[in-house]
Amino acid sequence: MQMIKIELKLFATIARYLPDSPEAFFVKEGITIREVSALLGIPESDVKLTFVNGKLRPLDYALENGDRLGMFPPVGGG
Amino acid sequence: MTTLERYIRNLDTLNSEEQLVLGDARVCIAGLGGLGGGVAEMLARIGVGYLYLVDGDIFSMSNLNRQLFSTEKLIGTHKTDAAALRINDINSNIHVRTFRRFLTLDSCEDIFDEVDVVVDCLDSIDDRFMIQEAAHRSSIPLVSGAIAGTSGQVTTIFPQDKGFELIYGTHYEKNLKGIETRVGNLSFCALFVASIQASEVVKLLLNRGEVLRNKLFIADLMSNSYEIMDLK
Repeated sequence: MQMIKIELKLFATIARYLPDSPEAFFVKEGITIREVSALLGIPESDVKLTFVNGKLRPLDYALENGDRLGMFPPVGGG
Repeated sequence: MTTLERYIRNLDTLNSEEQLVLGDARVCIAGLGGLGGGVAEMLARIGVGYLYLVDGDIFSMSNLNRQLFSTEKLIGTHKTDAAALRINDINSNIHVRTFRRFLTLDSCEDIFDEVDVVVDCLDSIDDRFMIQEAAHRSSIPLVSGAIAGTSGQVTTIFPQDKGFELIYGTHYEKNLKGIETRVGNLSFCALFVASIQASEVVKLLLNRGEVLRNKLFIADLMSNSYEIMDLK
């Protein structure tokens, strides 16, 4: 199976799920954002915004080698 | 004190014509908590001439950690009254109108029809959708900020934009709670996000620079991570 390297940026309460080397996280080719989130043990309800290379992408988006994946929780305080 | 003296440190980043534009501008600040207090203070100091301040709440002890207009002596005082006093102390040239109410779709209309921009400093996701609808009806842009812990976000929504639908989803759960219910809100994060909001308002009023239209600025001050996410 082909592996790809992605970079992870996890914000706020999700940051605690960061792996040891977030700048070089190896996953199988074609993995979705939802699968990465599950792999890291992040509850799906904690993820509100997911973005790849700075663009908003849905949970079923398939990642490619070199992608930078960001996740942000729901934030609503004032 | 002359007007020139008061605003001399705004020059030359702002020119004198722009200062006059700000002096004629009308901005509504919805919510006078951690974000709204900061936005109101900054817009008053920079010289936005007409501030419409809306909040139905009174100050309590738990506001003191971050809300700029709260003081121990003002516990139990309406936030709108405290804000009006503070702004008058800072800049008595500013025309302040206060609305001691929690906004509903219908109670926004009379206020929003009079202003150039509305600033969303509310603290619930449901209310944010409501205020976006009201701003759409009144054909004015909305600058929205939200915070939780040491994280925050800002976006600027024009009347024809999808706005919060892109951020929270089309079929967002009613009563969706943000993580702030678990992690609270810290002072420096509230004022950081308020600063980005105030900057967006000034740029909109002056038609200068770049605004966060269809973009979401997100920040996590604990890790010094900052991103501008493309929402389209």
